[in-house]
Amino acid sequence: MLEKLLEIKDLSVVYHTDEAHVYAVNAINLEIGARETIGLVGETGAGKTTTALAILRLLPEKTGHITQGEILFKGEDLLKKSKREMRGIRGAHISMIFQDPMTSLNPTITVGDQIYESLLIHNYEGKPRDELYKRVDELLELVGIPARRRKDYPHQFSGGMKQRVVISIALACQPQLLIADEPTTALDVTIQAQVLAMMYDLKEKLQTSMIMITHDLGVVAQTCDKVAIMYAGEIIEFGLAEDIFESDQHHPYTTGLFGSIPDLDIEADRLNPIEGLMPDPTALPCGCKFHPRCKLCMEICKTTLPPQWHEGDHMISCHLYSREK
Amino acid sequence: MSRYILKRILICIPTLVAITFIIFTIMSYTPGDVTRMILGQEATPEAMKELAHQMGLDKPFFVRYANYMVHLLQGDMGVSYRSGQSVFLEIIHRFPITLKLAFGSMCIAIAVGLLLGILAAVKQYSILDFFGTALAMLLASVPYFWLGLMMILLFSLKLGLLPSMGSNTWVHFILPSITVCVGSTAAILRLTRTTMLETIRQDYIRTARAKGQTEGKIIFKHALKNALLPVITVIGIEFGSLLGGAVVVESVFSLNGVGSLLLQAIRLKDTPQVTGCAVFLAFFFMMIMLAVDILYAYIDPRIKARYQNS
Repeated sequence: MLEKLLEIKDLSVVYHTDEAHVYAVNAINLEIGARETIGLVGETGAGKTTTALAILRLLPEKTGHITQGEILFKGEDLLKKSKREMRGIRGAHISMIFQDPMTSLNPTITVGDQIYESLLIHNYEGKPRDELYKRVDELLELVGIPARRRKDYPHQFSGGMKQRVVISIALACQPQLLIADEPTTALDVTIQAQVLAMMYDLKEKLQTSMIMITHDLGVVAQTCDKVAIMYAGEIIEFGLAEDIFESDQHHPYTTGLFGSIPDLDIEADRLNPIEGLMPDPTALPCGCKFHPRCKLCMEICKTTLPPQWHEGDHMISCHLYSREK
Repeated sequence: MSRYILKRILICIPTLVAITFIIFTIMSYTPGDVTRMILGQEATPEAMKELAHQMGLDKPFFVRYANYMVHLLQGDMGVSYRSGQSVFLEIIHRFPITLKLAFGSMCIAIAVGLLLGILAAVKQYSILDFFGTALAMLLASVPYFWLGLMMILLFSLKLGLLPSMGSNTWVHFILPSITVCVGSTAAILRLTRTTMLETIRQDYIRTARAKGQTEGKIIFKHALKNALLPVITVIGIEFGSLLGGAVVVESVFSLNGVGSLLLQAIRLKDTPQVTGCAVFLAFFFMMIMLAVDILYAYIDPRIKARYQNS
């Protein structure tokens, strides 16, 4: 077992708005070992991005509240750090790649300077300017952008190129943990594969751990060691990539997710989605959160929180499996 | 870029022609007789007719307009009916006062408006935000002439701290500048708050936070530059309108600026002087707007690229 880099224990996040309380993340547990890649999979609104923002303590200040739990990074609780200490961690030890490269870069600053800024903030050794700019050039080349484009502005780049710049900003200080929030969702399919392959290479080269947030199971299969399936703010299934992709035992939601991927070999007139919608996070159902949409729903599911079933690393949170035991 | 600037300057010409035409028409077809103004109430009709002939006022409207334009295009704004002096020289003589007033009040407006606007946005829903918004509302609704008079009462008469009239030193400009700046301050404050609020919710601000950047740098380096574009436009418009619109304040504080010159000229139906002032101020206004557009290009590289392509 690799040493633990990040441990999330019992983390809950609530957004307080004027109208309601939104229970975005509900008591999740997650561990990430050094050099591991974990896929965080789920529909829009499952709480994936909220989890990521909570790790970096970047939740919207007025509305987003972490109500319970711990986030241990190398054994230290990030939730107990001062603002100043957090700034020292962001970008240097934990970095994040955001979903939409079109809006993630400041339109009025050259890409070189945006990468340079990242280096400058964490330049504790007081390296001279020239050296930092040399590193900017290196980083650009690393993500496959010619260094001469350092002085160009974001609007002069394509979407895929912008995401490369965003990635080079995130990797500038060689963080131990990289959180990639749907890094390829906004890109063309042809570019997606390129960017993913590049990220995977860089991660291996720099020995970074990674949390890959996505709703694309294909992306997970390509890149992740372990997978956590999130639904309505909970992790309902967790396991090694093999467990998720090859095992026969799944949470009904995971089964539904796989079932909704169209198969070229089987002729079907209609797509096969999971019926219904994600529950309203302001009023989550009792018992298992998935029961209103579950085809295998039993009486107990409507009233009682499902227990966790374990087999090796594989965890499923569902009543179906507790009965078998 | 220089092609763009040249193009913009050329566009000024039709605008100026239209302005002169409108002013000239209004001055020609509104009641009142210049010759009577000059000669006084007791003038005989013969004398008035004689004078009108000398001044060319008996010629048809289009001939007079064409005459005026021919001279204007040669850089000659004509001679004031009232003083018999060159219109252009009179304007140039008084313009520094107007410019100082506009400049002084814009400095105050920008300093106060930008600062409070940024603070109100960054600390949204706080006491500061409430105070800023309330102040903006108050400033926007205060009438200039009333504020000017009240300030003269308080600072000049009661406290004896500041002069109430004249334009000899910069101290003379303090009260009028404060009086004129209130409207612009309110406009800048409100707009800065709105655009800042919008900007600090952008994804790239979150990116900057994720880098570990400090809040101060995030606001002033990342957000302000992006929020500034619409604010600069308003600053330009406000500055331009102060040049011509400070008429009331100029008369409250007895400042001999272009505004009071224009007002005087309108009363006396001094057509060359009125048209001259209007053309001068309009031209200045257009130059300010051009400067604003050029400034845009230096703030936002996307706009610069567009200029270069056009």
